[in-house]
Amino acid sequence: MPGTDSTILLLTELNALAASFFLLTAFGLIATRQILACLRIFVIQATFLAASAFILSYQNASGSLFIVGGITLAVKAVLIPWLLLGTLGDELRSRREISQVFNISTSLLISLILVVFAYFVSVPLLGSAPGGASSVNLPIGLAGLLLGAYAMTVRREAVPQVIAILSMENGAFFAGIAIAPDLPLIAELAAAFDVLIITRVLGVLVMKVHEHIGTTAVGDMAALKEE
Amino acid sequence: MELIYILLIPVVVAALSLFPTKGRDFAPLTTITGTAAVFIASLHTALKASAGSDVVAVEGWLACDAFGGLLLLLVSFVGLTAAIFSWGYTGRIAGPNATVRVCRYYRRYNLFLVSMLAVPVLSHISMVWIAVELTTLLSVFLVSFPNTPEAIEAAWKYSVLTCMGAALALFGILILYWGMTISGGGPFTWSGLLAAAPKMPPALLQTGFLFILIGFGTKAGLVPLHTWLPDAHSQAPSPVCALLSGVETSTALYAIMRLIPAVQAITDGHSGRWVLIFGLVSAGFAAFLLIQVKEYKRLFAFSTIEHMGIILVAVGMGGAGAYFGATYQILSHTMAKSFCFFAAGAALRVAGARDINSVKGLIRESPLVGASLLLGALAISGAPPFAVFLSELTILKAGVSSGQYVATGLLALFVVIAFCGIMFHISRMVFGKPMPHSESRPLPTSYATSLSLAAIPVCLFGLYIPGPLLELLRLAANALGR
Repeated sequence: MPGTDSTILLLTELNALAASFFLLTAFGLIATRQILACLRIFVIQATFLAASAFILSYQNASGSLFIVGGITLAVKAVLIPWLLLGTLGDELRSRREISQVFNISTSLLISLILVVFAYFVSVPLLGSAPGGASSVNLPIGLAGLLLGAYAMTVRREAVPQVIAILSMENGAFFAGIAIAPDLPLIAELAAAFDVLIITRVLGVLVMKVHEHIGTTAVGDMAALKEE
Repeated sequence: MELIYILLIPVVVAALSLFPTKGRDFAPLTTITGTAAVFIASLHTALKASAGSDVVAVEGWLACDAFGGLLLLLVSFVGLTAAIFSWGYTGRIAGPNATVRVCRYYRRYNLFLVSMLAVPVLSHISMVWIAVELTTLLSVFLVSFPNTPEAIEAAWKYSVLTCMGAALALFGILILYWGMTISGGGPFTWSGLLAAAPKMPPALLQTGFLFILIGFGTKAGLVPLHTWLPDAHSQAPSPVCALLSGVETSTALYAIMRLIPAVQAITDGHSGRWVLIFGLVSAGFAAFLLIQVKEYKRLFAFSTIEHMGIILVAVGMGGAGAYFGATYQILSHTMAKSFCFFAAGAALRVAGARDINSVKGLIRESPLVGASLLLGALAISGAPPFAVFLSELTILKAGVSSGQYVATGLLALFVVIAFCGIMFHISRMVFGKPMPHSESRPLPTSYATSLSLAAIPVCLFGLYIPGPLLELLRLAANALGR
């Protein structure tokens, strides 16, 4: 258990390191041009989420956070990629470029603005409720959430949209492990199960889209509109 | 105990449809029986709740008060009528694997129903979030069930946008939980949150509420995050549309409205203003879009957005009268809208076309369908003496008496525009000279049964509301604040 000040300092620094890598992967999801790379970055992001959970569980001597980290690793770093590769193997391995509404440098600039925005939203929240790890995890988790939402909006391809949604959940939970560490375990388990269902449902739906519409460039679908 | 039965019965029925059977009527019949049992259990629960006592099955996890009881009653009633309607819908499925597809339809139907029944019954807020998220995930394949490119496109937009909303709502819920921990803990239930709210930092409560409003608002179809709604609610099979439009949107609103008393208490009306603006924008936008739709199912879908807006305006106005108007509007909208989609489904079967322009003289071709469609249009657009008229009047009166003239005036304008839009389109379909048809398409008995069953509350509730139901509405309005 953490005894001395230097251990606590070390743990805090380690957590900040995990957080910065987490943010980097969120940028990576926007900047990458290939579908398989998108999935790889998502796995790395989930790993950093689990790492932060493990660090915080050691710091707070909290058993439930340790289990949360374990669940995250099992579900997001192993089961989800396995499910996606199983249902959409060919789709993921296709080496074509993913088109975006904006080009990548514009997207990165907008992402940067979103991160600054996330920071300014977090400041008053942290001011009213100070607490160790939250000061790192809350802004970065919120940034992850917003960057995921942005990626989902600008991507025109089905699989990257799914991964963007899953990364939004990652962002919410990255903040969650710091601000709500003692959320009942049944809720965490249900949430993990929920993420699995999202992956399965959307995965099968992508296949259906491919089968019946003939493309997975969902951004170009426009059969349904007013006029 | 009823609450456990309510959740258990649909799961058992869904499991029954897994077994291979000889007759293809097995799954529909068990589903109708199951939903009837769920409706009786819900009625029982709602009656108990209307007497003023909460029905508790598992303390802190499974419980139901008056507001929950109201929603439970609505979900189970539409669940029953839509199950009867589904029998006629699935009866027409043909092809080599027809029986498998029928079983698949009812399995998904029952699972979707149980996720909606779970929303008012669960107490723990994080579990409510999961239930709301599951209502999306379990209905995606019902939307895409017709397997047309349009249905699949609609299902894709539906699932992606509402999952994004759910992630935003999750963040809001985690923030609320954080606030609960800071203010000393307690159970993370609706009542626990209400008790802890005065001690919570206002910034946390407000931010959490805003995220939840946007997140669940996506699912309720609030403008500007409504784009998926007309697609999904028009492409799905008609009985599923009735569930999606009639009650699924209300379950999402329920999750937002539950937070209102906690938030209003400490932010002196600021959050109410957010809700009011969201509501007005949605109602206005939908009222104008109603005018230029081409398909009649889309027409009713836009009307859903408008009604969600009206309910939020009532909630945002605040005060006992407006809160009563909001719960009354939830009741009247659900009854009228599910009836409208049954009528639209019947019209689709009889006329065989989705476009408003290619359907004419429905009342001569099939008097029952034509009259139903007209009745539904009058009921949903708020003509007297239907319930929607009375509930909208309650809201407008509450708005005037609390001095919010601008909001009330705008709302009245939007309601009138929507009335004209709906009546213009539907009257063109109902009256006139019938289009020549090559074949005659008879209406299944189950369609007629479900239409007449759903017509009872539509016609009745504008003239007379049974005592216990009125008490339920009052108690539900009290749960929102005074």
